[in-house]
Amino acid sequence: MRYAIPLVVLLALLGLFIFGLQRDPRLVPSPLIGKAAPVFDLPTLDGQPPHMTQADLRGAPVLVNFFASWCAGCQEEHPYLMQLAQDHQVKLLGIDYKDAESDLRGWLGQHGNPYGQILSDLEGRAGIDWGVYGVPETFVLDASGTVIYKQVGPITPQVWEHDIRPLLKGAS
Amino acid sequence: MIPELGHFAVILALGVALLQAGLPLLGWRRRDARLLAFAGSAAQAQFLCVAAAYACLTYAFVTKDFSVAYVADNDHSQLPLIYRITAVWGAHEGSLLLWVLILSGWTLAVSIFNRRLPLDLSALVLSVLGMISSGFYLFILLTSNPFIRQVPAPAEGRDLNPILQDPGLAIHPPMLYMGYVGFSVAFSFAIAALITGRLDAAWARWTRPWTTAAWMFLTLGITLGSWWAYKELGWGGWWFWDPVENASFMPWLAGTALIHSLAVTEKRGLLKSWTVLLAILAFSLSLLGTFLVRSGVLVSVHAFASDPSRGRFILGFMAVVVGGALTLYAWRAPRLSGGGELQLFSREGLLLFNNVFLVAACAAVLLGTLYPLALDALGLGKISVGPPYFNAVFLPMIAPLFLLVGLAAVVPWKRGHWRETVRRLKRPALAALVLAVVLPFALHGRTTLLAASGALFGGWAIVAAAQDVLRRIRAKPHWRGGVAAVPRAVWGMTLAHIGLGLWALGVSGVISFGDEKDVRLARGAETELGGYSFRFEQAGETAGPNYTAQQGTVTVERDNKLVATLYPQKRLYPSQGTVLTQSSIDAGLLRDLYVSLGQGYDDGSWSLRVYYKPVIRLIWLGGVFMFFGGLLAASDRRYRLARAAERRAVEAVEAAAA
Repeated sequence: MRYAIPLVVLLALLGLFIFGLQRDPRLVPSPLIGKAAPVFDLPTLDGQPPHMTQADLRGAPVLVNFFASWCAGCQEEHPYLMQLAQDHQVKLLGIDYKDAESDLRGWLGQHGNPYGQILSDLEGRAGIDWGVYGVPETFVLDASGTVIYKQVGPITPQVWEHDIRPLLKGAS
Repeated sequence: MIPELGHFAVILALGVALLQAGLPLLGWRRRDARLLAFAGSAAQAQFLCVAAAYACLTYAFVTKDFSVAYVADNDHSQLPLIYRITAVWGAHEGSLLLWVLILSGWTLAVSIFNRRLPLDLSALVLSVLGMISSGFYLFILLTSNPFIRQVPAPAEGRDLNPILQDPGLAIHPPMLYMGYVGFSVAFSFAIAALITGRLDAAWARWTRPWTTAAWMFLTLGITLGSWWAYKELGWGGWWFWDPVENASFMPWLAGTALIHSLAVTEKRGLLKSWTVLLAILAFSLSLLGTFLVRSGVLVSVHAFASDPSRGRFILGFMAVVVGGALTLYAWRAPRLSGGGELQLFSREGLLLFNNVFLVAACAAVLLGTLYPLALDALGLGKISVGPPYFNAVFLPMIAPLFLLVGLAAVVPWKRGHWRETVRRLKRPALAALVLAVVLPFALHGRTTLLAASGALFGGWAIVAAAQDVLRRIRAKPHWRGGVAAVPRAVWGMTLAHIGLGLWALGVSGVISFGDEKDVRLARGAETELGGYSFRFEQAGETAGPNYTAQQGTVTVERDNKLVATLYPQKRLYPSQGTVLTQSSIDAGLLRDLYVSLGQGYDDGSWSLRVYYKPVIRLIWLGGVFMFFGGLLAASDRRYRLARAAERRAVEAVEAAAA
């Protein structure tokens, strides 16, 4: 009987690996969830007002979307963000991540601007505070400025319907 | 045309491998010598096919045939010729082709050197090797074909990952694969023994040189990988307990246990089923390593090539190979247990302890590597296991091994004698104690607990190993005759154990006395570290064949005398838009001075990372000693003599039967 022990160990390991193959190891839950949004103070694109801080996000739920004109995933989600903005589903705040202003303006001109306000994070400092490791990443904040969800990668209709909208309903 | 020939050659190799796997088995059941003899011819034909396929892919790389998708992804017109050749194994598909080439090379070697083996055993070994190769050919053809064309062909390739454009990494994968794949031979011998039910001293003697050869290549592969990581990644570390490093380290631990337990099985006929299990384990861990690297189940700095569909295939393959082997083991191993009593204080008893510690260390590494995955599977959250766990668990487990190493040469087989052992080890023990106290002060003027215990363990391993050889040489009237009289196997063991001691000295020294500093220096400014002063002279532009670089000049002085001039670089590879830091190292046996370039500032100053790394070379020197130890042990003449004698005996039996 003891000669079969290695076989049993193997079967247990195989089960573990089958599980391992079905998930994406890069998905790490954000430690920010359930906490207040990180402190920031960034210049706005249109200069009205010249600066915004985390305090300005309170009052209503908001999607904080880290994006850049050089990022392919952002172009992918952009039409859907435009649609969300048109339907007035939610307030959108864009943080332009490590991007030149001239490139951004060209990009917005070409694809349209879904954002209520765009902040510029030229050096990526705010990105570090928020734990961004690749754009696009989107944080969902409730009316009190608490992070309730983080989406890594583009926002798709499925993500919006399944994950974000139910949360917003609960939050408001 | 050439890539299609390569593709065809792989399909042909699959066909030959399937025949090599099937026909000898049939021959064994029918006792048909012709079918059994087919295995050797098939092994040779298979090698020709896969060598041709490999040559075709190399040709496509050298001639920059960007119509082949894999070449376009990993080659570039500006890439120097040597890296165009090594780029063949720069990513997943090509490294698998290298893997099967090496597997087929080992199979070829078995078919040539095993001519002296009993025909049925040799044929069964080749049959199992054929099954393993068939799986890998299928893997290549179904999920990872390097010969697929892309239309239209791009005008320029995407270039070899710049991090791989380094001589150290160019030879690291082939060495590592030689080791990984080499364990397949020991595995096949184990399966053949389970099938035939014959497992005796002769079997162990046949298996030993193959296992030692695989082990020595794996040792060198790991050593090269560590050296490469040290000089190329720019962090000054030499081992990171990264999942992929662990994946190569686990087979090494199991393989080390295996070469020791094989000695017991050969000399005393004991631990038979345990030895078979270790042979299965060593190769299974090699497969597991492949799976972990290729599937993306674990996140790692090495994630060069990962894809879940490939992961599924390897997982299935692993389930078949390892599951099949362990099922066979559960069924047949109970019959293998031989008689004979094992005294704990004897060489075989000590080797059993060695095995216990090595396997426990291996299990600890496995646990640490898979623990995050297991926790996640149980829904207990995501964690990562880092160096603190491994250092805390692994080091205490290998510390007893050093004690055993010293005893190895002194305690005889069957039964040891305490008094005799103590008498012969008194001097080495004393020498090690003196070293433990003196060495740290002599080299660094101070000591730490770790440095002292490292010197104690390392010194003990070295002195005790050396004294056995010295004693043998002294027994002869002339030292030259004495050196020749020591068998190569003993030289091999001694060198490997000295290597282990050097490794311990290196590790404890560099951890205890190493120092590092992050500084921002203006031109002409200096910083002090480890008794050396580093002066940042200037920074300028330079260029290589396929990169441009910013290069700093740092002069190092000690007592106002120039020691070294270092040129750390920050290289930009435009083809991939990648920036790499190329550290600059002044290497020495007793210390490395290591500078890597950080960021430049508008005022002309630069941030620099400066390291003082005492005795770090001993870590890799230890690995090199182990490699040459393995080389000597595997080439011991008694294996050749024994083979000839066994062949004569087999022929005599066959002649009598006819």
